[in-house]
Amino acid sequence: MSILVGADTKLVVQGLTGKEGTFHALRNRAYGTNVVAGVTPGKGGHDVEGIPVFDTVADAVREADANTSMIFVPPRFAAEAILEAADAGVGLVVCITEGIPVKDMAHVHGYLQGRETTLVGPNCPGVISPGVANVGIIPPEVCMPGRVGFVSRSGTLVYQIVHELTQRGIGQSTCVGMGGDPVHGIGFIESLAMFEADPETDLMIMTGEIGGDDEERAAAHIAGHISKPVVAYIAGFEAPPGKRMGHAGAIVTGSKGTAAAKAEALEAAGVRVARTPSQVAELTQAALA
Amino acid sequence: MDLYEHQGKELFRAHGIVTPRGIVAETAEQAADATRELGGRSVVKVQVQVGGRGKGGGVVLVDSPERAAEEAARMLGSDFKGHQVTQVLVEELLPIALEFYTSMLLDRSTGDYLAMMTAEGGMDIEELARTRPDALRRVHVDAMLGMRAFHVRELVGTLPTDAREGAADVLRRMYELVQERDATLVEVNPLVQLDDGSVVALDAKVTIDDNALFRHPDVEAYAGAFPIDPVQARANEEGLQYVKLDGNVGIIGNGAGLVMSTLDVVAQAGARAANFLDVGGGASADQMATSLEVVLSDPAVKAVLVNIFGGITRCDLVAQGVLGALERVEATVPLVVRLDGTNADEGRAILDEAAHPRIVAAATMQEAAEQAAALANGPAA
Repeated sequence: MSILVGADTKLVVQGLTGKEGTFHALRNRAYGTNVVAGVTPGKGGHDVEGIPVFDTVADAVREADANTSMIFVPPRFAAEAILEAADAGVGLVVCITEGIPVKDMAHVHGYLQGRETTLVGPNCPGVISPGVANVGIIPPEVCMPGRVGFVSRSGTLVYQIVHELTQRGIGQSTCVGMGGDPVHGIGFIESLAMFEADPETDLMIMTGEIGGDDEERAAAHIAGHISKPVVAYIAGFEAPPGKRMGHAGAIVTGSKGTAAAKAEALEAAGVRVARTPSQVAELTQAALA
Repeated sequence: MDLYEHQGKELFRAHGIVTPRGIVAETAEQAADATRELGGRSVVKVQVQVGGRGKGGGVVLVDSPERAAEEAARMLGSDFKGHQVTQVLVEELLPIALEFYTSMLLDRSTGDYLAMMTAEGGMDIEELARTRPDALRRVHVDAMLGMRAFHVRELVGTLPTDAREGAADVLRRMYELVQERDATLVEVNPLVQLDDGSVVALDAKVTIDDNALFRHPDVEAYAGAFPIDPVQARANEEGLQYVKLDGNVGIIGNGAGLVMSTLDVVAQAGARAANFLDVGGGASADQMATSLEVVLSDPAVKAVLVNIFGGITRCDLVAQGVLGALERVEATVPLVVRLDGTNADEGRAILDEAAHPRIVAAATMQEAAEQAAALANGPAA
């Protein structure tokens, strides 16, 4: 097993006919992902290398039985694409698009409350269950199948750390790139809860970065609800303190959002916190031994 | 994008929020003229994209045009918390009875908007939030639902009765501004009640979502007022995220997380980063070349570390970019290059074949950071 994407994933690619959409859809299909449809308004009836294109996600669900969507449409239309997928009843939406206005995402966030749709992203590299399915742009060569669950805010840090794990022979059950946008879909807490429930995951790794309070809230969740070992890495110890307009931001979180504060909160929750990407692999190896 | 106070107030007025009469001055003479026009007394305020102006001497009351000129002369051209001052706002003095605080912002932990208001303005609001949280009213507003009358009644609840209608009006207009202008923060500290009972925004801190600027060309044009150094401008043109730091190892990487991590690893290797530079997700050869030019333009840089993990980014293009840049700029310092991910073998082969005397290839991120730190610190270190 794995989480989010797997053998029963039936993928529709919104924005399939664009350059990036085509490239990654075909790469995902070559990896073994079941890509059943594409959606580009006005291009229904065409196909891309045998993948049928529909005008709407609803058509892709009706005619190709799609249950997962991957979004590659431009930022000004991407929030609408997420809403369309949710409205069509797609269970998992992975939005790769970067640069979506945050107000649009606030509306999406409101709409998804109480619905069955799980959102990953936006501005994320996607989700891969090594050896089974890849939905997104994570280079599959750096992964190998195994029993470590991985979730990260940063895209390139996914590649870096998973690469180091693989080089040490530590495989992954699923790697989740949750994205770093202010308003996003599932985060650390939801991902860790799924890994906790997944019988094929023995340990999880989370990598965060400065800003917001996702890591602090994850620490509180781990302390109360997670029994499997967790290894963490936080980037940004040397980052300059971001300039801040007014006081409102600090009042909201009550947290400084610094790397040190996040690492401290995680350590207090019993998480092993690595200081470098290489150390993540070392701590993981030690924890699994 | 963080706006200057006077720009924020222009948006306020466009949405019907009352502000003091004000005139922007770029010279001491203009500040004196403005003060004359405002009745001989005024408040002179530095215009910078940073808070804490009051405590930092950036807001001064003056009782004559001459004093306004003096203060403006002191402020203009100075450096306020690392921000160059090129404009001051000269405003009329108003008869203030009471000071309140209000703000509205996107709350990233809940994915909605958070509106706050308190009758206790003018003081340290973070301190108030910590010590007497009940004094600060907070309301979460779902973007789908919008700001409702009951939200507004809750927010104005700590204010004196005769100020509530005026404050409620400000709140409704602030929310309209947030929605129509894609603001992620609107803060008014202080919001004041005048002797005549009316409610006026004495300050304005407004942040507009960069991702939404395509919808607001008029707001985007405000950026023209911000002083920007030429190196930063060059980086922005190519879509590079560049932040100057004070170490001596130049850093180029792809993806904010990986670049931040690179800064950390370099620090652990005993050196400090001279900058943060993220070439972005799909780094092209041209972007790579510009990145090198930008980083090498800093005379403090003693070594450069290029750390690329290709996802969308192709390492062969990065390698070509590095070599192309070395034809355009003369590298006086060594470049440690670490390539991994998509087309990494092709990229490394291109660099090997070129055998450029300044390029040092590194196999891993850790090794690359150690080499760069050692080269920057020099043999004597």
